[in-house]
This record gives sequence, structure tokens and C-alpha cells, in this order.
Amino acid sequence: MDPLFQFLLRLGDNTLVLGHRVSEWCGHSPVLEEDIALANTALDMIGQTQLWLGLAGEVEGKGRSADDLAFLRDAWDFRNVLLVELPNGDFGQTMMRQFLFDAWNVTMLGKLMKSSDQRVADIAEKASKEAAYHVERSGDTVVGLGDGTPESHARMQAALDYLWPYVGEMFASDEVDAAMVKAGIAPDPSSLRDEYDALVTRVLTEATLTKPDSKYAHKGGRTGYMHTEHLGHLLTSMQWLQRAYPGAKW
Amino acid sequence: MVKPEIAQIWDWLDAVPDPEIPVISLVDLGIIRDVTWEGDMLNVTVTPTYSGCPATTQINEDILAGLAANGLTNVTLKRQLSPAWTTDWLTEKGAASLEKFGIAPPAKGVPARCPNCHGTDLEKSSQFGSTPCKALWKCRSCLEPFDYFKCI
Ligand SMILES: [Zn+2]
Repeated sequence: MDPLFQFLLRLGDNTLVLGHRVSEWCGHSPVLEEDIALANTALDMIGQTQLWLGLAGEVEGKGRSADDLAFLRDAWDFRNVLLVELPNGDFGQTMMRQFLFDAWNVTMLGKLMKSSDQRVADIAEKASKEAAYHVERSGDTVVGLGDGTPESHARMQAALDYLWPYVGEMFASDEVDAAMVKAGIAPDPSSLRDEYDALVTRVLTEATLTKPDSKYAHKGGRTGYMHTEHLGHLLTSMQWLQRAYPGAKW
Repeated sequence: MVKPEIAQIWDWLDAVPDPEIPVISLVDLGIIRDVTWEGDMLNVTVTPTYSGCPATTQINEDILAGLAANGLTNVTLKRQLSPAWTTDWLTEKGAASLEKFGIAPPAKGVPARCPNCHGTDLEKSSQFGSTPCKALWKCRSCLEPFDYFKCI
């Protein structure tokens, strides 16, 4: 399969699956302001999805639209990292997951703005402004809750302990990445790790949270080798309408 | 057909309101980047505010309708992502209209003053407001909450 197509699916599926997860909070958030903020974050992620998957469909050249890719593929064709498909948990866990992803996204997009592929660079330029805003918000929330009450602190530490083993996959490299590096389209994900760690460590320290020592990393999402059981459940909800009424439009 | 002047077309577009904040026009918002004739076809280049802005489709339809009302039907809309939209492109007229409507216009990082009482003792309630382009703030002087058109 065309490595550029694969690479774009990875970007688009990350934002699609996380955007859908975050949208699950709509109407359920702890306070109105957070409800609106989460819904808007989800909206930005879905918007970025339209750009990434739209380009993926164009690169593939089989006439598939962003909607086709989002709604007409099954779990094994998704290329998102496992982190973004994990359940929301409580509000703290959702915000910790968001921060761990935003920190990666903003770092990656910064590099993609210099991509040799102008279409990729243009999308990255647009998305990076939104990602910068997201990481500011999720980072502030992690600090607020981590350095908050004993209850909120304990929950944030538990969220970090649970999510940390899913961070490593964002920095894994394979032959798709090698092809992107060779073409000057994208950096090797592993080269982003130092910048990411610096940002994450600064925020976690301010949040009085302890970064787990473990180097263990769950993988299988971005290669499509094995997703968690959670992705299938998410897709049944997200894709329900197109499965029940194929081709429905309004 | 007599082709209208480009300046005339900008004026017509300046009469098309933003669907979410109708006190400003699409031209005020700074999302119309270029208007050019290509033979008998008019090209209008539009850039999205936020990639997930749900008003994008509506905006495109409103542009076409606004031009059609002035007799222009041979129109192509072009999407431009780069350079990415920035609040620096909001016109001065647009900024003044926003404040009059109760929305603090974009300033350097934080709103300059409360659109209600012009007080400067302000507090951020949430980084996001009722639309992706706004944040929610509160004035400690008059205690009114207000939208801030955030700076990007
Ligand atoms: Zn006031």
C-alpha cells in the first residue's frame, strides 16, 4: 500500500477517533464551560480529520471521500494509536489523554509545516494553530487538577499511570515512516521524543504528578496489527447510521 | 454581459453577514482572500476560520446567494488553507461592530476591556465559548459574562 496513504490515515484516524471520544462528553461534562470546551475541541479534531482523510482519499485515487473512509471501514483498517481509542474514564482521565495527545500533535504538526508535500504543509499550518490552543487548555487543566485537591490529584495520578504505557506508540517507527522521511514529507516519530518529553515533564512537574518509570509501550494501533476491544464499540456507535441506512444523506 | 468591477463585488460580499455573528460581514471576518475574474467566471477564494467550523458550508452558500442576488451566477469558490486564517485579518470596522454587539474583539492574548462597561478587571471562565472562535470571559466590575473573539 502507498506509504503516503498510510501516513495520512494515521493522522486522520488519530483525530477522528479522539474527536469522537471527546464528543461523547457532549451534555455530560462536569460544568457547562467544560462541556462547551470539549465539544469545541472535538469539532476542531473532526475538522482536522476532514482535511487529513480528504487528502488520504485524494492520494489513494479510488474516489473515496473523507466520509467514506470514516464511516465505511472496519476496526482493522483503522490506523490510529491505541491511546486515542481508550475510554474516556472520568473527566480527569479524558483531560490527561487529551494532554498526552495534544503535546504530540502540536510537536508533529510543527514539523509537518515544513513538509516537502505542500498539501501536507498547508493542513499542518492550519491545524497547528488549533493544536497550540488545545495543548494550552489541556495542559492548564492537568496542572489545575493535578495540583488541586487530594481527590483530584489522586485521580490525575491514576489516569497518568493508566495512560502512560500508551504514549510510546506515538514515537514508534516503521517502513511507512522511513518512506516519509526519505521523501521529506514527515520526520521520524522517534525524533520528536525529546521535545515531547520536555513539554510533558514541565507540565507534569507543575501538576505535582509523577511520571511512571515504565518504558513498556502497548502498540498495534498505528500499524493496524491489533486495536483494543474499545475501538469496535466506538465504531458501532460512530458508524451506526451509515451501517443501518447505507448511503443516507441529509 | 458587463462584468462588474472587482471593487463593486467586494462591496456586495461585504453585505453578506457571518452566519454565526451576523453583526459582521464575511469581508470583516477576513476569510475572503481574493476575488478575480477568469474569463466570464468569478473566482472567490475563501479560507476557513477553524478547520471544524460548522458554519463553513453555510458560509459558502451565503456567498453564492449574495452574488447571485446581484446577478453573478458563474462563480467558483476556492478553498485556501495557507496562509492560515488569523484574527489579524479582522477589519477595524468588524472589530468595532463586535464590541458594540457585546463581543470583545481579539486583542493581544487577552481582551482589552469589558464590552459592556469597558472595565479592565477581567477573568477568563473558559478557553472556549459558544463557537470555536470565541472564549468565555467575565468582568469583575459589572459581573457580566461576555464572549471574547479569541486571537489566533
Ligand atoms: Zn463590565
